Amino acid sequence: MSDSLIALEHPTELQHHFADMEQQKNTSTFGMWLFLGTEIMFFGGMFAAYLIYRRWYYNEFALGSRSINIWLGTINTMVLICSSLTVALGVRAAQMGKRKLLVTLLLITMVFGVAFLGIKGVEWYQKYEEHHVPGSSFNASDLVSVGQKYGIHINQAHSQIYFSLYFALTGLHALHMVVGLGIFTVLTYFAWKGKYTPEYHTPIEIGGLYWHFVDIVWIYLFPLLYLIDRKPFH
Amino acid sequence: MATAVVTTERENYINSEYGIRSWLLTTDHKRIALLYLLSITFFFFIGGFFALLIRLELLTPAGDLVQADTYNKLFTMHGQIMVFFFLIPSIPAVLGNFLVPMMIGAKDLAFPRINLLSWYLYIFGGCMMLHCIVTGGVDTGWTFYTPFSTAFTNTKVIEAGLSIFIVGFSSILTGLNFVVSIHRMRAPGLTWSRLPLFLWSIYATSIIFLLGTPVLAITLLLLIFERAFHLGIFDPTRGGDPLLFQHLFWFYSHPAVYIMILPAMGVVSEIIPCFSRKRVFGYSFVAMSSIAIAVFGFLVWAHHMFVAGISLYSALFFSILSYLVAVPSAVKVFNWTATMYKGSISFSTPMLYALGFIGLFTIGGLTGLFLAALGFDVHVTDTYFVIAHFHYIMVGGAVMGYLGGLHFWWPKISGRMYPEAWGRLAAAIVFIGFNLTFFPQFILGYMGMPRRYWQYPPEFQVLNVFSTAGSTILAVGYLLPMIYMLWSLRYGKIAGDNPWGAAGLEWKTASPPPTFNFDETPEVTWEAYNYDEIPMPEEVSLER
Repeated sequence: MSDSLIALEHPTELQHHFADMEQQKNTSTFGMWLFLGTEIMFFGGMFAAYLIYRRWYYNEFALGSRSINIWLGTINTMVLICSSLTVALGVRAAQMGKRKLLVTLLLITMVFGVAFLGIKGVEWYQKYEEHHVPGSSFNASDLVSVGQKYGIHINQAHSQIYFSLYFALTGLHALHMVVGLGIFTVLTYFAWKGKYTPEYHTPIEIGGLYWHFVDIVWIYLFPLLYLIDRKPFH
Repeated sequence: MATAVVTTERENYINSEYGIRSWLLTTDHKRIALLYLLSITFFFFIGGFFALLIRLELLTPAGDLVQADTYNKLFTMHGQIMVFFFLIPSIPAVLGNFLVPMMIGAKDLAFPRINLLSWYLYIFGGCMMLHCIVTGGVDTGWTFYTPFSTAFTNTKVIEAGLSIFIVGFSSILTGLNFVVSIHRMRAPGLTWSRLPLFLWSIYATSIIFLLGTPVLAITLLLLIFERAFHLGIFDPTRGGDPLLFQHLFWFYSHPAVYIMILPAMGVVSEIIPCFSRKRVFGYSFVAMSSIAIAVFGFLVWAHHMFVAGISLYSALFFSILSYLVAVPSAVKVFNWTATMYKGSISFSTPMLYALGFIGLFTIGGLTGLFLAALGFDVHVTDTYFVIAHFHYIMVGGAVMGYLGGLHFWWPKISGRMYPEAWGRLAAAIVFIGFNLTFFPQFILGYMGMPRRYWQYPPEFQVLNVFSTAGSTILAVGYLLPMIYMLWSLRYGKIAGDNPWGAAGLEWKTASPPPTFNFDETPEVTWEAYNYDEIPMPEEVSLER
């Protein structure tokens, strides 16, 4: 068996250990789904901690939640949902072999991703200025006085647990966004080079899966962290 | 050698390329398996060295060999290295990497580059752990219990935690590769019901890797944050709950016990039919019991916390569930013995290890039932009874399985036979040394000797002397295979493609196998373990 014969039988994108493109695609996609399963467990540990402490320290969680800028959170939710739309359209463009459209949609997705991180940064900075970042300079006396006004006792240490979970969850989510942006930079480069065709665009689909997953995590984080109790005080 | 001159050696995965680069940048699953073999052997001997120091300290009742603080570090680092850097990767990363693609008739794992990445993650985490040890070590116990680990100890918790965090991703990627490969890369005709039982247990193990390890990762991350920034999540003085840490930790670390034992069960399920020349008894029960162990394994974690302050009702619940794990484990033991019944058994080295496994695992498993009983558990919690119990599972079970597997597949891996007489001698030494080391610890624990103390009342000395003596014998038993296997690489008898007359696709290719495993993709038309159709080689039959 000469190399040229193998090259004739195998498309260039087909790795040596797969029988055909179909098998390669199924394998890669399945791998990503499993990886996302592990990600659910990864965030799951923190959701378990959240569940327990929210039950124990509901008042602190509710007032902590109120102190976060809801408009930034809402805008960010919309930004991410829009980015999921552009990813889905991008996969469609790849399937139809529209290279320019694909590159444009990938770039728009990345703009949304960067915007999300920027807005997140503003939100974190506000928390920093309010001394709500857990650590030695943490101070939730503002929440204590809000609580006093409405006859709710607030324990600052418990508020710190809320903000610890807030920063751990949003921080790890943001880290996943950064990884996603890295993946999409590579995808955009190869899309621009014309590597993806209607026959071969598995990386776009798999990268898209990852992006959608990170979005879905946010869809859970938003109500859990921002919307615990927003109704007006009586 | 005359034969070597006449027939030029055919190209295989070892001699296809030369040079250090061809090894460090390889994506061949067999070469990666060898990289793992070297690295975990290195860590095994470091962890073993710590164990010997522990046993030497306990030779006398007084704390005279090392300081109390040093002793704390010794048992911590012994545990962390043996659990995370040896036992968890041992069979999956070495034998699994080597065998999974060959057993399913594939050229490689689904993601060869990710496979290499997982080795690099292992090495990176391993170097960090070594650095941590050299610069002072950790003294929290391998379990990192809070709030001691976060608020009190002044040792290197963050570095040790990070190194285990990184090694965790190496396991996740290995597990991912196995599950995807077994689902998507099987040769034509190789249905699920024809899979070797080793693959069923690797599959079950991989599911635990995938679902459990991420939880350990986030737990360690929270621990590191807590220690670095004093968040309060696990700190009772700030409203946090140390029990939450224990729940999260054991949610992974109890299933991790099954990560260690399931692959060894898979190895034994391969060895016993081969050296009994019979189809395995109750194939589907053995296969499904692996899955059942993986599933039940996720539902029993709080039996590590019976005296930690969980409620009586949840303790009851977890106690009953822990009993349930015994069912699939017993199914396996009964099926192995039933396989041997009326078989033509030959006592080759792998078989000796497999028989040792069955006996020791049974003792370890039954004492596990003692510990699942609430009343008895209160009596022996944190005593040497627990130490003896889990060493019967992890050393008597997992390490025996690993060594048995290594001997069984050594002809395939290296193309040479190890010296059989030495192999049997080493197996006997390991068995004797192991029992002498750990059986006295059951009695010590029952009499009330607590774990993790560097000195003890003089009345415990006799049994401790037995245990220390046993550990040196065990050390000899572990050094021997390393020596004669290295020797066999050069001087061992050339092994044929199938020296044991074993069933299974990996034996249908050359030893050592060519880079792409098979000259052409095999097509499977037979059931697993069709030993009634395979004649026993003459040399094996002489060993009866």
